Amino acid sequence: MPQRIIIQVLMPQFWLRVALVLYGVGLLDALIGLWGGRRLLAKVMIPAVGLGTVVHCVSLAEGAMLSETNPLSSLHQIESLFAFLLMAFFFFIYARYQTASPGIAVFPLVFLLTFSSAFAGISPQSPSTHVSPGWIYMHVGLVLLGYCALFFSFFASILYLIQERNLKARGTGGFWSGLPPLATIDEIGYRSLVVGFPFMTFGFLAGAFLGEVRYGAGYFRDPKILVSILMWVVYTVLLYTRWNVGWRGRRAAYLGAFAFLAAILAFAANT
Amino acid sequence: MNFQLIGVNHNSAPLELRERLAIPETRLPDAIQSLVRQPGVEEGLVLSTCNRVELLASTRHGSDLKDFLRSYFGVNSDALRSHIYEFEQRDAVRHVFRVACSLDSMVVGEPQILGQVKEAYAVARGLGAVHSALEALLSRAFAVAKRVRTETAIGSSSVSISSVAVQLAQKIFGTLKDKVVYVVGAGKMAELAARHLIANGAETILFSNRTFERAALLAEAFGGKAIPFEQLYETACHADIVLTSTGASEPLFRREHGERLLSQRKNRPMFFIDIAVPRNVDPEMNRLDGMFVYDIDHLQGVASNNSAERKKEAERAENIIELEVDRFASRMKSLAVVPTILSLQEYCETIRQAEIDRSRGKLGKLNVDQEAAVEAITRGIINKLLHTPITTLKSSAASPEAATIHEMIRRIFNLNGNLNSANGNNTQASRDQSGEELEYPQANGPGPKTGRFDS
Repeated sequence: MPQRIIIQVLMPQFWLRVALVLYGVGLLDALIGLWGGRRLLAKVMIPAVGLGTVVHCVSLAEGAMLSETNPLSSLHQIESLFAFLLMAFFFFIYARYQTASPGIAVFPLVFLLTFSSAFAGISPQSPSTHVSPGWIYMHVGLVLLGYCALFFSFFASILYLIQERNLKARGTGGFWSGLPPLATIDEIGYRSLVVGFPFMTFGFLAGAFLGEVRYGAGYFRDPKILVSILMWVVYTVLLYTRWNVGWRGRRAAYLGAFAFLAAILAFAANT
Repeated sequence: MNFQLIGVNHNSAPLELRERLAIPETRLPDAIQSLVRQPGVEEGLVLSTCNRVELLASTRHGSDLKDFLRSYFGVNSDALRSHIYEFEQRDAVRHVFRVACSLDSMVVGEPQILGQVKEAYAVARGLGAVHSALEALLSRAFAVAKRVRTETAIGSSSVSISSVAVQLAQKIFGTLKDKVVYVVGAGKMAELAARHLIANGAETILFSNRTFERAALLAEAFGGKAIPFEQLYETACHADIVLTSTGASEPLFRREHGERLLSQRKNRPMFFIDIAVPRNVDPEMNRLDGMFVYDIDHLQGVASNNSAERKKEAERAENIIELEVDRFASRMKSLAVVPTILSLQEYCETIRQAEIDRSRGKLGKLNVDQEAAVEAITRGIINKLLHTPITTLKSSAASPEAATIHEMIRRIFNLNGNLNSANGNNTQASRDQSGEELEYPQANGPGPKTGRFDS
């Protein structure tokens, strides 16, 4: 393999594996935390995953700078970017609400995505098209940010249900005693939806532009585009019911689960 | 040094005696100064709270603190005898740690006591009554209290009905800052819970009672607003927390009221604290999404669970304290050899200087390099000779034979000053091989500590 190719491919992979190890430490620590080691959790988990996120960023930046092919053309590159954005979202919530609870769901997903990306073979990359890489980055980045928001909102609605049942059962202690207040969980869920909506919308618009350039008007009859539109509609309904009717708890969780399922379908169909 | 502690607390003495011994804040400096004037007392601290009065002292050879207590407070011995407790050395250290960690409090884990100990320390320190041994003890006590708070959940749960209500409200709403509290009825307990909610940040408080004047009185006392009882349901939808304690024989709030309230509030959660017996809120309302209903039994249940949890955490805290007492004891023992080490070094340095000065005439004029070489050689000899005694002193500080080794080294090097203490010139004489009389200053520094930090 020529020297240049080695640097292009292996250096981002190396940093990604370093990030994977750090995420693994964070995940392990979070799992230990579930069995009561909260002090250790706070001391090790956040620094480990924080450093992992920085190293992950280096990997992505290097990958983008060294790549001569179409950016984000392989599934593994998208997985890596998605994992990074999930971590960025996690840290945003951590800084704003001082809670690491979403880590219970985020860390396993991030670890799996990073693992899949870090140990993927060198996939053939499609040659650069005449579409500007900026548009591709914008489309994929915005849509993934929208997915992140949806994921956090869905997970917050699950936590809301757990905390609500816990309070209704008059059990303030026990396994879930470390959860943030109900109002905080509710706000995380709602704000995630609000923040994610413009990302999702503009991401789709950028995608529509790319599809038009590449494939023409027929692109919109593609089933995977229809699934994406369905997901966007569910997202909009979710946001509307939450904002206008104030749906929380069970109903919000069911609708969130439906939107999340549609998002997974759309993601699978588009990659 | 010796640590001595004497005092009374809520367990050992009735309120009448505690009241007689209690020292108001304005008299605290005088009490501390009187304590340190007591024969044998080197440092002293007085802690006076509503639940305890304690005197803590560091003494060289012990002091009669009971006598001080009798004379200062004018209480006779019989009144005190069965109510006071006394601790010395390790037991005194353990007690100070337990008090700072709130393990000796009436409500175990309550956070106020640490602040009160810190205040007592600040006053005593300001008067110069706390400087070395007590400084070390109290600094350690604050660190131990912090460790216990961090590593155990001793103070994390509430154990009274009203504080449980606040804790639950915070679990639901997070901050209470912009929350509206509606007190329906005028029961004492509801009033207490309302007071707690306000103390924890609730800003708007509304009162309703069948007797409007009573509601108006409460509203005035709490800075809230009185609402006619007839407007109960129209007002309730604006409240986040509803506290009910009326004497109504039928529930005031039933499931259909709950559904209506949720619809009016766009499903924003509501917390009902029902202290009334019979209950004012139908328990069925708790089944609605976003409605949280706790009656008096539920609140008491949470408080009892929390108490049990605190007991478990208190056991963990006791273990931490025992470890910390050991650690502190070792540290104090190590500190006890420091004066001897300093005396030893000073003594040898004096001999070295005297020998160099004596030999200077024989050596003639030395250049800078030669001076440096002489310095290095003599220092090297002294350091090598002292290495073993010093390391032995340090390593054996916490061992049972520490006192023997300590005394032996002081005797070998004549650090006790017995030889010339009679003539008071603080020098000792010896003769060198040439028959010249050499005068070395007597090594200074305190003798071995008589008060040992034994268990």
